Amino acid sequence: MTNKTASPWWHHFDSLEHQQETTTFGMWVFLATEVLIFGAIFTGYTVYRSTYTPSFEAASDRLNLLIGAVNTVVLLTSSLTMALAVHAAKLGQTRKVFFRLVLTAVLGLVFLGLKALEYYGDYRDELVPGLAFDPAQWTAPKVHAGQVQLFLVFYYCLTGLHAVHLTIGIIIVAILAWMTRRAAFNSRYYAPVEIWGLYWHFVDLIWIFLLPLLYLIGTRDRWL
Amino acid sequence: MTTLTAPYRPQTSQEPALASSSEVNYLNASYGVKSWLLTTDHKRIALLYLMSVSLMFIIGGLAATLIRLNLLTPSGSLVTADTYNKLFSAHGIIMVFFFLVPVVPSVLGNFCLPLMIGARDLAFPRLNLASWYLYMTGAGLILWVIFSGGVDTGWTFYTPFSSKASHTDVVPALIAIVIAGFSSIFTGLNFIVSVHRLRAPGMTWFRLPLFIWSLYATSIIMLLATPVLAAVLILVGVERIWGIGIFDPALGGDPVLFQHLFWFYSHPAVYIMILPGMGIISEVITCFSRKNIFGYKFVAFASICIAVVGFLVWAHHMFVAGQSAYSALIFSLLSYLVAVPSAIKVFNWTATLYKGSVTFHTPMLFALGFIGLFTIGGLTGLMLAALGLNVHVHDTYFVIAHFHFIMVGGMVMAYMAGLHYWWPKITGRMYPEMWGRVAALIIFVGFILTFIPQFVLGYQGMVRRSHIYDPQFQVLNVLSTAGASILAVGYALPLTYLIWSLWRGSKAEPNPWSATGLEWQTASPPPTHNFAVQPVVDCGPYEYSLQSAIATEDIDEQH
Repeated sequence: MTNKTASPWWHHFDSLEHQQETTTFGMWVFLATEVLIFGAIFTGYTVYRSTYTPSFEAASDRLNLLIGAVNTVVLLTSSLTMALAVHAAKLGQTRKVFFRLVLTAVLGLVFLGLKALEYYGDYRDELVPGLAFDPAQWTAPKVHAGQVQLFLVFYYCLTGLHAVHLTIGIIIVAILAWMTRRAAFNSRYYAPVEIWGLYWHFVDLIWIFLLPLLYLIGTRDRWL
Repeated sequence: MTTLTAPYRPQTSQEPALASSSEVNYLNASYGVKSWLLTTDHKRIALLYLMSVSLMFIIGGLAATLIRLNLLTPSGSLVTADTYNKLFSAHGIIMVFFFLVPVVPSVLGNFCLPLMIGARDLAFPRLNLASWYLYMTGAGLILWVIFSGGVDTGWTFYTPFSSKASHTDVVPALIAIVIAGFSSIFTGLNFIVSVHRLRAPGMTWFRLPLFIWSLYATSIIMLLATPVLAAVLILVGVERIWGIGIFDPALGGDPVLFQHLFWFYSHPAVYIMILPGMGIISEVITCFSRKNIFGYKFVAFASICIAVVGFLVWAHHMFVAGQSAYSALIFSLLSYLVAVPSAIKVFNWTATLYKGSVTFHTPMLFALGFIGLFTIGGLTGLMLAALGLNVHVHDTYFVIAHFHFIMVGGMVMAYMAGLHYWWPKITGRMYPEMWGRVAALIIFVGFILTFIPQFVLGYQGMVRRSHIYDPQFQVLNVLSTAGASILAVGYALPLTYLIWSLWRGSKAEPNPWSATGLEWQTASPPPTHNFAVQPVVDCGPYEYSLQSAIATEDIDEQH
């Protein structure tokens, strides 16, 4: 957020520190909004899960837990590299910032790649309502195909919205890496790295809720 | 025009440095389309918003005109049932999402908030411009939807009608509203961060003008409620596109869940609409009765209280939707509770008027109109919150009249008050005072005549959203339509004379009302960076004298 023509901070701030505090606060406020947008869908999910427990458990068992678990590790690691990038930014170690940001973005891409693979597997297993869905698969007692579809819709809405957020995160982290390369940041001015770090951790945190709610609520008599 | 020596104490005791800034202001600092479309100046963005929301208001008003014309006869001789459905949907969608929600925060809030807290701009100027572009994208899309065939779901998009039965362009309309929603989220974010981080030295929380408190409370609701609307509308879109029954009972979905999520936004949204209006009234009442506000902290915290309690009353829209008796009881009780802070405000404004030196300038006339009409709207709201009566008048014109008293009688009156009050600051020109007063009176009379008959109609059982009605209701409907045409004249007047005043109005002084706020301690119109010297605040926002005969005489002399 620098205004390159005049001072290194926007004219309406008193100092660079004032600007950094303000932008950081702005990101926290934005994350409050994000909590609510996911919160609304979580609420819908919770209502149906408590009403249609057997169907939701049966459908949850059919998700690919292996990819879900690997992706969790990938995303948590990306949060670590992001945190290390912020740390390096505070110390002004530009080379380290660059490599850690690139690593973060790559891990994000790995997550998305695995997620795409998983979606494709779900499609082959006829787990996509509206596109490929076989009601005849769902004949167990107390399990209804319509309710299974509800679970799957929430699965795609939640993971889809999460993937959209992650995609935006990857693009921004890539831009930040490019800016680091161009020496845009130093030990005094690193607020963009820090606030988008907050965003990245938030997206990670959403996944920490998604994994148990979507993959782990079933009985899991088989693992894959 | 004499220099004012009125007994009031501005929030800063510094001599305003006007001499150098009176020549170059934010309007003539640069020229050309690009200097407007790429501006990051909050004042210019406010003007962009002013033009866009005014256009939306006119289009929404035209839809209302056709509705009222159609209801002149019981058989609905003007339009078909289908067209009528599309008309009231267009009216509701435009007026709620594209006029009432953004209008005061985006126009007057955007313009005044940095000036009133003594800042040079909002915290995120580029985000502010981005909000306007989001608004324009949403507005353009919704206009395309409406003029290319329209939607017939009503502004509430109730499922499963919106997701299954309707054959109109529901999905583009949903997308338009979600986009406009993000515009209001970003505005709210900007306001909250600015109030926290950009206040001038000495501007403590309890020296903030009450308009800022109300905008702050509004922003909290925008931030925490709008995302829920976005989420639920996305779910409706998904259901409609892929044909999966998220809210469809045939597939195990629950339409009442939609209503819960929808009203979780749309009831607090009512407070997004009315709270900024209340803030304007606090500014205008104090200035034109030359008195400090009665109970500053009560009025300030009432705004926050309304924002918080407003989140807990949504299900009072669903008393007949099949919720349990206990939850209906609790939501009824909570709805009564939200009347307490609203009443505190009304009583405090009245107490402020008491023994004040009241002058009836245009903003004051609108403000007094607001107090009366808002009180009627609020009291009928209490009637609707009562379970038994709610069942009787549910989905009737009683409800229509009630929320139009709040939204039009309250909010639009307050917006008019604020627009006239800050017009000299925004444009550097005075509006014609006589025409302003005439417009205020015409709007008041037209409004009463339009909506009082609707209370009676609703109580007698005329249902809303129907393009025909029982012939026994015709007399009252004709009265209502007659009132609406008076109201239309009332709204056409300011549109005309305000535009006229841009060229022919007399030049405004920096502080034509002898008001205390920081926004009056700079030139009219202000320079691009608002203040030549950073103001330092050393007193509260409404330090008007009680013995203010001189002050009010001076105001009168100007006209």
